[in-house]
Parts: sequence; structure tokens; C-alpha cells
Amino acid sequence: MAKQISVFLENKAGRLSHVTRVLGEADINIRALSIADTSDFGILRIIVSDPEKAYKILKEAGFTVSETEVIAVQVPDSPGGLADVLEQMSEASLNIEYLYAFLGTTEKDALVIFKVEDFTKARNAFIEKGIKFLDETELYKL
Amino acid sequence: MSYWDIEKECMSRNELELLQTRRLKEAVYRMYAFVQPYKEKMDEAGIKPDDINSLADLKLLPFTTKKDLRDNYPFNLFAVPMGDVIRIHSSSGTTGKPTVVGYTRKDIDIWSELMARALCSAGASKRSVIQNAYGYGLFTGGLGVHYGAEKLGASVIPSSGGNTKRQIMLMQDFGTTVLTCTPSYALFMYEEMLEMGVKPEELQLKSGIFGAEPWSENMRKEIERCLQIDAYAIYGLSEIIGPGVAIECASKDGLHIAEDHFIVEVIDPITEEILSEGEQGELVISAVTKEALPMIRYRTGDLTVLNKETCACGRTHIRMQKVLGRSDDMVIIRGVNVFPSMVESVLLQIPGVEPHYLLVVDRQGTLDILEVQVEVSELVFSDEVRKLEELGAHIRRELESALGVAVKVRLVEPKFLERSEGKAKRVIDKRKL
Repeated sequence: MAKQISVFLENKAGRLSHVTRVLGEADINIRALSIADTSDFGILRIIVSDPEKAYKILKEAGFTVSETEVIAVQVPDSPGGLADVLEQMSEASLNIEYLYAFLGTTEKDALVIFKVEDFTKARNAFIEKGIKFLDETELYKL
Repeated sequence: MSYWDIEKECMSRNELELLQTRRLKEAVYRMYAFVQPYKEKMDEAGIKPDDINSLADLKLLPFTTKKDLRDNYPFNLFAVPMGDVIRIHSSSGTTGKPTVVGYTRKDIDIWSELMARALCSAGASKRSVIQNAYGYGLFTGGLGVHYGAEKLGASVIPSSGGNTKRQIMLMQDFGTTVLTCTPSYALFMYEEMLEMGVKPEELQLKSGIFGAEPWSENMRKEIERCLQIDAYAIYGLSEIIGPGVAIECASKDGLHIAEDHFIVEVIDPITEEILSEGEQGELVISAVTKEALPMIRYRTGDLTVLNKETCACGRTHIRMQKVLGRSDDMVIIRGVNVFPSMVESVLLQIPGVEPHYLLVVDRQGTLDILEVQVEVSELVFSDEVRKLEELGAHIRRELESALGVAVKVRLVEPKFLERSEGKAKRVIDKRKL
């Protein structure tokens, strides 16, 4: 399990650079990032080195921010690796809200951030099927 | 129930109308003799002061508008020499020249008296600690409330507008019991309290007297719930005297107009026809006791409904409904009248949505487009696009059903909307009509 910071952004010039600058100035490193956008607004989702601090800093800067639980899954860094994981998740009928890739890797594996509908169910299924995932402290250190 | 001036506030309608008639006749004589531009208007309409013998004759007299004040900038409508004027106030003049108003010593006395009456009606007393967060300066709000609060004998904190953190500190340290400011600023203060970790229930605050901008019944509930106070509406405008023209009583069922000084009518803003009691229209006020700037039939641009029934509080003065919007704030979209207060009402009924919004009207080709920008608060924010889009669609459906016109809803970042610490700007009209 890990904490993702989600930020509401208006679709206009300079907003994304403003968020990233605020984080940079607070010495917070972005480890993974994805943006979901519509014609009017976007949602920035990030995994950072210090989520608590990031949440506080962004809130102070006037952004609408929330913390979201996600899972950082270790996916074999080889052809078909992600497909294997997704198939197993499908077998366990886990609904995925969204996913995106992490910038760093562990020794052998690539990392993919998953937001799932039901966390406990996902966690149990992963353990049962031997899918590896990182805990928070390991993730933020990467 | 306490009154400031029971004799005036509860006088019989008969007596009141006699007093009004006498004061009206006297004002018309003064205007005709000393206010050249108004004399010319009367001459043009073929009316002489002697033609005015009853309240029913009021309708013979020409209207005064904001344009008259601008055309006679700065002092040409004054009925006394400048030597008798002891105070000048002015509006901010966002649309051209500002409007300028003047007061003699007696005008200031009457204004203070009316403001003391208003504060008393809203439950304040000499034991109150009144924090006056209306802006001090050319705007009548600050000094108007201030003089009335001193007249009442309350302890006044002249905090003026702005510097919200300090406002809250004063509230805590000085034990403020009554807050006076605009309703939008009251909610802004509440947000700031939350951020500072100040709990409203730990303050001494008991009531708030809010005015200077239209606000809905739902916003009153919101303020009362958030700040845990009684919220009263006050009404006034500088052209007439300033705050204290009308005030709510404990019944919170309309604002009593100080009819011993002001004679009111409601007209159809387009046909200028006088409407009967209970019909919604533009409020027209005659300020008949003012010395420096008497006003006859001033078109306020404020839309309201009058109610003559005697109030549960015992006051006989006519009541006006809390202003439903300014006619210049009113947006007409494809023939439908839209008031910001209606949008606010709808937003407040959607859980988690805050009443921070902006109407943007534009014309694409020949079609008018109404966009309502709504701030996304943390309560409604989601990391999933689908949920935010559902929220936007929900707000849109609610607005469309309440307003009867197609609306585009745009979700925007909070506090991004220009939320001045005074009057909140609610409408941007980009149409070139």
C-alpha cells in the first residue's frame, strides 16, 4: 500500500509548472506521475518522497489536494510481465480504476502503480497469487 | 423585545403617513428651491411643489437615478451650501464617474440614530462588543455602522475590512459579540478560522449583521451554522443615507424600512409602473429628511417585495424582502432572468459544494452562453475523473432545473475566483450587447 497525492488543476497555462515548482522548492522529489485530463480540468496524481509534507505544502499553496491509497506492484521487467499480472488480477475479479508506471525500478522488476476498487481484496489476492508489491517505506526510498 | 425608539418604530400607520406627507411636502419645496437639476426635471414634467399634497401625489414626481448623480458630479445635487456639509462619501465608481453624497451635521445625527435603531433591532445593546469589518473610508459601510454602534453605547472595534487573521485574533482576544461585514466576508472568515484551527463555538460571537451585497436564505443558514450565530440582514445605500435604511428584527421575516425618514415604492423596472404590495419589483426610495442631499424617488436598482402587515415584533414599519438581486447584477440569458443569489441557493443544496462561484456570460454567434464556475473544495474532490465529471453534471442539472436555462458548469480551483475581502464579484458579462 502506498499514498498517492492527487491535485485538482484547472486546464490552463502554468498550473502544472506551479505545482511542480512548489514541490521542488520544498525539496520533495516526484517518483511517479500521471495526469488524467478533460477539456476543463486535470487531475495530477503523484507518488513523492514525502507524501505528508507534499500534502501540507500544496494545501498551503491553495491547491485542492487529497491523499489516495494505491498499490505499487512489482511487475517482471520482461515481455509479457504486465500481461501476466493483469490476467491474474482479472482472474481474481479485481476492478482497476487506473494504473501508471513508476519512474524507478527494483533490481529485477518494473513498478506499476494501481488504484483498485477494493484494497483488502486486492491485497489478499496478490498474496495468494504471489504477486509482489512494495510497502510504503520501501517505495518512498527508491 | 427591545426597541431603540419605540415611539417611532411602533407608531400607528395613520400617524406615520401624516408624518411622511408633511416631510415629503417640505422636501419637495426644498428641492425645488435649492436643487436646480431637480427643479428643471419638475418643470419639464409640469409639476409645482404645491401639487404635492398627499402620499398618493408622490407618483407625479420625476424619478432620480444614478445617472443624475453622475451627471451632477460632484456636488450639483446638494441642497445646502458646502459650508453646511460636514462629511462626503463616494461610491467606488466601477462604471464611470463615482457617485458623491454629502451630509450635514443633522444628517449624520439622523444616520447614527437609524444605525443605532438597526443594531438594537438585530439584538445588539450597549453591552455588545461590535467588530465592524465593513471598510472604513469613502464607502458608507464602515463609518455608518461605527457612528450607530457608538450611539448605541456598544464597545466598537473599528477593524475595517481585510487582514482576516487579525480580525479573528481580535474576535478571540476582545470577545467580539457582534460582527458586521458583508455575508461573503463572514464565510471567508469562517474558512480562515478553520485554517487557523479556531473553533467558532469557542468565540463569544452571538450575532452578525450582514449587508452590502445580495445573499440568499440558504446563505444565511450556512453562516448561522458555520459561525453558530444569528445572522441578520441590513440594507442601505449611500445615495439614500448608507447602512440603516432597513433592518431585520428577531422575526427575520423581512427588513423594516425606517419609514419615518424614507418613503418607499416598488415599480416595474421596465414600464416604471407602480406595483402593489406583494409584487416583486425595483425599490424606489425618497429620503425626505436629508438636508444635504434630499432624494426624491431614487431608483435603487434593488429588486424586492414589500409587506405592510404588522410584524410579530410590534414594529409597524413596512418590511422589504431581503434584496433578491440588483437589476444590474441580473443576467438575462435568452430571455430568462438569472440572479446570482439563485445560483448560490442551488449550490448550497449540494452537499460539499461551497457557495463560491462566478457567472460568466458570453455570446457565441447569436447564442448566449451562461457558464457557472464552481470551486472544487476538498470535500467534493476526487482523484477519479469520472466522479468529478459526475459532480459537474449534477450541478448542471440542478442549476438548469432551478434557472430554466441551459448552463455550462466549469469546475475551478478554490480561492482562484477573485474573492475580494469586500463585495464578492459574481458576474462577468462578456457580451457586447
